[in-house]
Amino acid sequence: MSLLAIRSLDVCYGKVEAVRQVSLSIEAGQIVTVIGPNGAGKTTLLAATIGLLPSVGEMLFEGHDLRRLQVEARVEAGIVLVPENRELFGDMSVADNLVLGAYSHRHDRAGNRRNLDDVYHRFPRLLERRQQKANTLSGGERQMLALGRALMAKPRLLLLDEPSLGLAPLIVREIFKIIASLRETGVSVLLVEQNARAALETADVGYVLETGEIVNSGPADTLIHDPKLIATYLGGH
Amino acid sequence: MSSDIAAILAIDGIASGAIYVLIAIGFVLIFAVTRVIFVPFGDISAFTALTLAALETQRLPGTMGLVAMLAAMATLMQLTADIRASDLKAIPSTLFFYLVVPLVPVALMWFAAGSVMSMPVRMGLSLLLVLPIAPLLDRIVFRPIADASVLLLLTVSMALHFALVGLGLMFFGPEGVRTQPLTDASWEIAGMQVSLQTFLIVGSAVVFSTLLYAFFELTLTGKALRATAVNRTGARLVGIRPAYTGTMAYVLASILAGISGILISPVTTIFYDSGFLFGLRAFVGAIIGAMVNYPVTALGALLVGVLESFASFWSSAFKEVIVFSLLLPVLLWRSLSVGEVEDEAEE
Amino acid sequence: MSKTQFRFLTLAALFLLVASPFYLNAFSMTLLNYIGVYGLVALGLVLLTGIGGMMSFGQAAFVGIGAYAGAWASALQGYSPWVGLMLAIVLSCSVALVLGAITLRLGGHFLALSTVAWGLSIFFLFGNLDGLGNYNGIANVPPISLGPLKLVASWQMFYLIWAIVLLALLASRNLLDSRSGRAMRALRGGNLLVESLGINAFFTRLATFVIAALFAGLSGWLYAHLNRFVSPAPFEVHVGIDYLMMAMVGGATELIGAFIGSALVTLTKNSIQDYLPMIAKGASGQLEIVVFSIVFIVLLQRWRGGLISISSHLLPSPHHDIDRTVTPLSRRPLPQPGEVLLTADQVERRFGGLVAVDKVSFTLNAGEILGLIGPNGAGKSTMFNLLTGALRPNSGRVVFQGRDITHAPQREIAKAGIARTFQHVKIRPKMTLLDNVLLGTHPRTTSGFFSGALRLDRAEEAQARAEALRQLQRVGLGDKPFELAGNLPLGNQRVLEIARALAADPVLLVLDEPAAGLRRQEKQALAELLQSLRSENLSILLVEHDMEFVMGLVDRIVVMNFGCKICEGLPLEVRQDAQVQDAYLGGLV
Repeated sequence: MSLLAIRSLDVCYGKVEAVRQVSLSIEAGQIVTVIGPNGAGKTTLLAATIGLLPSVGEMLFEGHDLRRLQVEARVEAGIVLVPENRELFGDMSVADNLVLGAYSHRHDRAGNRRNLDDVYHRFPRLLERRQQKANTLSGGERQMLALGRALMAKPRLLLLDEPSLGLAPLIVREIFKIIASLRETGVSVLLVEQNARAALETADVGYVLETGEIVNSGPADTLIHDPKLIATYLGGH
Repeated sequence: MSSDIAAILAIDGIASGAIYVLIAIGFVLIFAVTRVIFVPFGDISAFTALTLAALETQRLPGTMGLVAMLAAMATLMQLTADIRASDLKAIPSTLFFYLVVPLVPVALMWFAAGSVMSMPVRMGLSLLLVLPIAPLLDRIVFRPIADASVLLLLTVSMALHFALVGLGLMFFGPEGVRTQPLTDASWEIAGMQVSLQTFLIVGSAVVFSTLLYAFFELTLTGKALRATAVNRTGARLVGIRPAYTGTMAYVLASILAGISGILISPVTTIFYDSGFLFGLRAFVGAIIGAMVNYPVTALGALLVGVLESFASFWSSAFKEVIVFSLLLPVLLWRSLSVGEVEDEAEE
Repeated sequence: MSKTQFRFLTLAALFLLVASPFYLNAFSMTLLNYIGVYGLVALGLVLLTGIGGMMSFGQAAFVGIGAYAGAWASALQGYSPWVGLMLAIVLSCSVALVLGAITLRLGGHFLALSTVAWGLSIFFLFGNLDGLGNYNGIANVPPISLGPLKLVASWQMFYLIWAIVLLALLASRNLLDSRSGRAMRALRGGNLLVESLGINAFFTRLATFVIAALFAGLSGWLYAHLNRFVSPAPFEVHVGIDYLMMAMVGGATELIGAFIGSALVTLTKNSIQDYLPMIAKGASGQLEIVVFSIVFIVLLQRWRGGLISISSHLLPSPHHDIDRTVTPLSRRPLPQPGEVLLTADQVERRFGGLVAVDKVSFTLNAGEILGLIGPNGAGKSTMFNLLTGALRPNSGRVVFQGRDITHAPQREIAKAGIARTFQHVKIRPKMTLLDNVLLGTHPRTTSGFFSGALRLDRAEEAQARAEALRQLQRVGLGDKPFELAGNLPLGNQRVLEIARALAADPVLLVLDEPAAGLRRQEKQALAELLQSLRSENLSILLVEHDMEFVMGLVDRIVVMNFGCKICEGLPLEVRQDAQVQDAYLGGLV
């Protein structure tokens, strides 16, 4: 059974259909990426998966119907979104942001403490800045905090929306290394990226979304050599 | 005006200002977490005073009927919602939280009302009895329109206030009440008699504001409340339910409103509709704090209290006019300090 | 319903109204009078709330000002009621002007809350002023006289009241269909949109607020002479809620909703007063308020659009004849191709610890298409907002046609000839395509509120319409100008924004990701449109993410990444630049 199986999903904004008949599946421990141009509906797809937008179609998480669950219940089930604009608690400290990340299983205090140490270990910068307010962080630090907060929720499926957005190449490399390392911990990842090359190099499977529809899909190492894809998304190397 | 009179007026003003501080902080708390400007908040305060007065004279307070009615309505609405969502497993917890929990203080009151109680017990019971009102109103009135604009929520809130004042008359009757003084003792400070009651009032305001601050800083629930206020979507994404934090905000704010009602009841005569004016004075304080800043809100509410005290000395007929006119310079100052164009598109 | 049917029905309704004294009894006439008087206040609230997106709980106070002005002048000072009318108008408008000037720059709920406070202040003022009879009020207000004729009977007042009501309704309708009225209707789209169109949002709000107060003041004056007695009670804050309820029950988006609501509330109140005592013995006025408040709450919960929303499909769709032969609106001279048009000099913008734009400089020449590209989050949109005045730089300078616009407000920049579109489309979904594009002509036209309400603006309006239609046709949306903009697919909405920008007769067109979400063919059409605009010497700054779209289209490219400019040059040069490939094209190899 797939960890997440989406079949014939439609998402509408008013009269405008943003995502049409999308089907995709994620196996446990897999990193799956969805690439495509701006406005193709990538963010909409993630928002529907976490429950921020209503959708029509089938959406199963370990065989359970997700569409009856509210956002918070999906978080408790282990689906965690790191949105494009991070949605941090700007006026609160880094430490508070991380502590709140574990809100969905707040009763496991010991586990959360271990988890916090682990996040600080992964992102030493956050430890340095733990007393600082989130809105005083730089772009890269904000992304680390967003990822750290998501990891505090002990995700089973991590939804990442453009984690490379606005970051210097060095930091992008670091972030992708961390994403790749999640595979060992058993966390599955659905990665939405405009940085198609970096995404395909990290992922196992890729989907290409254009104007709301899946136009191509396959193993990431096949897609990365697809001549049409190279011309459109991967630049003239 | 001699300096003696000025000092007395100032002390009076600080005492009533301290009461407004509690209400004003409650306003800001509810608004920050739920985006609702809860106009009937002053009414909650007045109802506490009326409840306390009823207990003093060993009558059954009208609050019991009000709470029972609201609990029944909220339960019905939640049950309908559960059944519609075919979520039958939720029914026991619905019955527990919306019916049993609010009715516990009502039942306590039922058994205790005839007996003579000490003052602290009366206060505790009154406070307990008003606590469910605001959360139940939240469920009945605001939850169905939680996604609406701030302005629509405010309009509903105004209408709710008028409904509540009318209900107040039905449940409490038109008589004004004034409870026994908290204490008759007074201290002499710098040649002036200052009643212990004044100290108790100011002291409670300080203590409860501090407790609230500690709750926000030190507990996870407090942080969750702040998180909801700072970023609703962000809060949902870590699994914080806005409906839950909303209820918490209403309960906490109701504690503040209840305490303010207890503190004000021996100071002035309270009628079923007195709450609106307290509320509005506290509002002026909250607006000084731009509905977001707790310390500035507290200072603003104190300022309103002091101004009111002096205004009633100068011209009691125009007291209200003077207090509410304070809003104009405050808004002017706020309006001049507005920076870049803020965008608040609708639709 | 067709337009002819609608006209016939309107005429029939008017006839029934005018003839009503002949078939209604005196009591019904009195009710009808009050419906008119209250409806006038609600009409102001429709303009304020439904159209302009502002909320006032204090309209009752303006009614009070009008009523007391009329009563004081005629009953206490012995002046003619018409002097009282002047006083009522002047007083209500000037109080609104002062209160509005103070509160309308702030967020919506500040206005609403302050209306409660000053509504109360004014109420207490009425009650405590000896000159106004304290809480006892002013009795023996004389009737209004027209020459020798005294308007005493309710049918006599009926004609005066409804003449004023119909005039107010007509003026409001005209206004909404004019330049200033469109600005009012745009207010709910947010300041960013309104100011980007060269419209002064604050002034438009203030004018709307004063108009609403004027209607309330008029209503108060009528009330004083209808009731012949004034006291503070009818001007309390909870009455202000009643007025709001009328506007919302009827439907705050349509003018006629005000009178539907007024009729509904007045008649229901009347019957509640009749029947409530039978159901609940000894029930007082308070129970009436409870019932009303609860009805109002349920209504707002279930039925936010009001009564009119269920019948609005019966109203005829808006339609105008457009005369294409009128003299076109005058155009501004375009600079010679090659001249320096826009210079950004060391522009920097920080958000907290984040440097979104880090000392970026570039120039744009007249007649060229300049592409500003970079990966998502590179600071392109921030740069865009700095150039158009939506954000202010922390340091650096922006110069447009020799004029320093670094700190100019957005609407001044718009008037200077920079027209923009939005990354997240900002159109007015409930307005027609034509009206949306007409918004763009705002800085090129001059008619004000008065000429709009009195229809003195028709010549200019015809020119503007012809221009708007021309721009719609130019972008390929000319076939259905009266369709509602919200019904368009997303791609066409972007194109509509471009038509709106073109209607402003810009020197420089600044487009924020116009190709996002477009299909291949739509992109092709867009590129062709932009090329044809360039051939007409229009300069274009294109902020884009889509490389393919940019490469074939633009003359030069500026590349940004993490807030800095990393490269500038011809498309081919940029494509071969190693830094660009590394940072932008996904080079993580």
